[in-house]
Amino acid sequence: MALQRNTGVAALRALPAVLPAARTFASQAGWFGHVPEAPRDPILGVTEKYLADANPLKMNLGVGAYRDDSGQPVVLKSVREAERRVAGSHFMEYLPIGGHRQFCEDSAKLAYGEDAGVVHGKQVAMIQSLSGTGSCRLFAEFQGRWMKGSKIYIPSPTWSNHHNIWRDAQVEEVIYPYYNKETKGLDFERMCDTLSKAPAGSVVLLHACAHNPTGVDPTREQWQELSKLMLEKRLFPCMDMAYQGFATGDCERDAQAVRIFLNDGHRLALSQSFAKNMGLYGQRVGCFSIVCEGPAEAKAVESQMKALARPMYSNPPLHGALLVHQILSDPELKQQWYGEVKEMADRIISMRTLLRQNLEALGSPHRCAGRLAWVSPCCCVCTSATRSCCGRMDEPWAGPTGSWAGHKRPLRRRSPRPAAGISSGQGAAPHSRLRTCPTCAKPAHPGRCPVLAPCVFRGPCHPTRIPARSWQHITDQIGMFCFTGITPEQVDRLTGEYSIYLTRNGRISMAGVNSGNVGRLAEAMHKVTSS
Amino acid sequence: MSAFEVFAAWRPAANTAIGISQAAAADPSPDKVDLSVGAYRTEEGRELILGAVREAQRRLEADPATNHEYLGHGGNPRFCRLAAELALGAGSAALAEGRVASIQGVSGTGSLWVGAAFLSRYYRRSRVALLSAPSWPLHDLMMERAGLELRRYRYYDETTRGLDYEGMLEDLRAAPQGTILVLQGCGHNPTGVDPTPQQWQGILAAAQERQLFVFMDNAYQGFVCDLEEDAAAVRLFVDAGLELLVAQSFSKSMGLYGERVGALHLVAASADVARGAEAALQELIVPMYATPPKYGAAIATTILADPQLRQQWQRELAELPGSMLRRRQQLYDALQEVGVPGSWEHILKQRGMFSYTGLTEAQCGHLMERWHVYLTPDGRISLTGLTGPRCRYVAEAFKDAILACPA
Repeated sequence: MALQRNTGVAALRALPAVLPAARTFASQAGWFGHVPEAPRDPILGVTEKYLADANPLKMNLGVGAYRDDSGQPVVLKSVREAERRVAGSHFMEYLPIGGHRQFCEDSAKLAYGEDAGVVHGKQVAMIQSLSGTGSCRLFAEFQGRWMKGSKIYIPSPTWSNHHNIWRDAQVEEVIYPYYNKETKGLDFERMCDTLSKAPAGSVVLLHACAHNPTGVDPTREQWQELSKLMLEKRLFPCMDMAYQGFATGDCERDAQAVRIFLNDGHRLALSQSFAKNMGLYGQRVGCFSIVCEGPAEAKAVESQMKALARPMYSNPPLHGALLVHQILSDPELKQQWYGEVKEMADRIISMRTLLRQNLEALGSPHRCAGRLAWVSPCCCVCTSATRSCCGRMDEPWAGPTGSWAGHKRPLRRRSPRPAAGISSGQGAAPHSRLRTCPTCAKPAHPGRCPVLAPCVFRGPCHPTRIPARSWQHITDQIGMFCFTGITPEQVDRLTGEYSIYLTRNGRISMAGVNSGNVGRLAEAMHKVTSS
Repeated sequence: MSAFEVFAAWRPAANTAIGISQAAAADPSPDKVDLSVGAYRTEEGRELILGAVREAQRRLEADPATNHEYLGHGGNPRFCRLAAELALGAGSAALAEGRVASIQGVSGTGSLWVGAAFLSRYYRRSRVALLSAPSWPLHDLMMERAGLELRRYRYYDETTRGLDYEGMLEDLRAAPQGTILVLQGCGHNPTGVDPTPQQWQGILAAAQERQLFVFMDNAYQGFVCDLEEDAAAVRLFVDAGLELLVAQSFSKSMGLYGERVGALHLVAASADVARGAEAALQELIVPMYATPPKYGAAIATTILADPQLRQQWQRELAELPGSMLRRRQQLYDALQEVGVPGSWEHILKQRGMFSYTGLTEAQCGHLMERWHVYLTPDGRISLTGLTGPRCRYVAEAFKDAILACPA
């Protein structure tokens, strides 16, 4: 039989008959029965589960909102003062599409520098945006429309929403290496290698400071190298700066990447958020800017930025912008704010230190199958019977009669220098058979110390409990987040057994850590990583 | 070599309401009258903050629990519920049955944005959106950006300056099954022409007949007649059992313009679908702006949740439609006095903030250049820009424009 080739007719016949009666329409499946329930956003999903947990000792290390040492949300004093000043003083008229102009200029100066030539030369196209997310989305749409064919290079890992944003803007992404799981630091070489192969005109997404989720930032020198590489390869930087001031406590320092690129002559896009550094999370205050060739281009680009924003939400919200403008435009209030940002950053840094110290005090012999590693710093001898756990030796120690051939030459220190973060002598219980190390005159096990062979007496050293697993990355990393290196299964245990909530990539928000819970956190982390 | 060479030959875009309003603001002439923008002004030409809003602000400031923490992706849940009750009616069966998925949006526009994106992603029966001729330009832009094809249905009748009801019904009945139908619940922007209750019945019947998916924009609830009457069209469709989207704004009804307070409600066939759709809406929002702005919704919630404050708000709001009507009357009277050619009845018949004068683009240009009277090139005026004393001047301007640039 001839097939019904008129598919339109077939489709029409497949539709339910026209229904004159009102109620029967609703009794059909409806339009959206096929819509599946979306997976919960990983970050807010964590918070939801946390809220539902009845355990009084629970900890929320998921979302990146600052908490004070009592675990309470904070409204900065400078913000409260700004609120007081703004109260009742404004009609709530529509802002222009581009938002509050003075706010934009204040933001640009904060990011690019008070005396930045590009700001004073009106080279910066800028509009107020719905916080950092809104900024990124605007740029992604801008890229899709005005940089057609270009791809977005996104670091691995990155804030999960970056992927969603560029995907929904229909811009293709390429992942570039960023985080090195082994070193728990930056994989700079591979990063540069991948970027150097990107076609000219590609856009590279960079976290200006306090990388989310890893907390791993390039050094100043690395930023300089990257800037030159990107100039050479004609790659367009898109900087996401959500944590200015929050990383080191110094707004100028945290903007160094932006300034370096600017000084090198880059044209760049910048997404700025005041969610964290001013604690204005829910008010959605941000600034989206693009540094252009000159005022004429900036004007054109700005008009197109507005053309993108208008059919989204028409004009941005007023309240947050008023508060930021109050603070940034009043020298005294601004100074007060600088102080408060530093306080927040300092508390985070001190929590990092405390967490690391606690973990190291616990020993955390993760790879040593439960044994403690006793190491004499001058001898660099791991007394564990299994694989290297202090990172300095690659081969298993074959025992007192075994060969030392596989071990590296121990360091000979001229003066005692306890390793950073380790409290010397604390809790150290010398082995009963220890003799005096000839190198450093400290107790050392004669059967194990390779230096008990002829060596030169230098200064004292201490046998110390160096944790087999290094938690150094906790203090090396910067900003609100710490990429702990904990596996998803271990994360599940932390949540299930200890009511400690974090994202499954092992990222913890240091803001949720305080002097009251850091001990418990360290114990829990130690337990799940050592069995 | 610029990353954006394409801009080297850029020229400014054509005139929009906002551009015209900016031009009006920049005009130094003491005679200027800005009839372009849609924000309420008192009859003395001043901005207005409702007492209930001021009180709500005061309470928020005084409350130590007020903070700036993130809302969820769907916004303030209390706000969403109260907004839904306002739009659909507190006794709405759809609400009682849990069939309404609501999200707080970045005002009405932002709510439309989310709704359009939702339809674009999940609505499978059609890629076509029907919009009134004319419609609010942003509706067009938004549907286009969502990847939908735009078609028009007849709406404004140039001869009667009213609704082309028959033409509209014809176009709706001719639409393919399942087409998206964008309607404005009250205070049509830009024409000021609204269907009567009987006509709404006819429109509903046509929508049911063709199984059109209704997207109702109700930005002026409370601003045209009163809160209940202005929601009648929305409730008619919801109570008929349709699945539809409703975009809601508190810009005008609470004067919260710049704080961007709005909501999107999806009325679904079942509670299960509503639940799933709510999660889908939130998933859309995450890469748009993550979470909506907190402050304005907090004000709205404070007012709606407190019986006394709510009553105060309703009382104050009730004054505004009357004020619009007075200004319509004053303009009409002035037009008669000055003897401006043509019939101006439509100024009185049209409703809400706007009126489609019928002036041509050339006449509008003349008004702006010679008389410093600012309005959009389609002849739309915003009654809020008018004050009693300036009506005469505006009438004179109309007369001069009509004579100078014959249609």
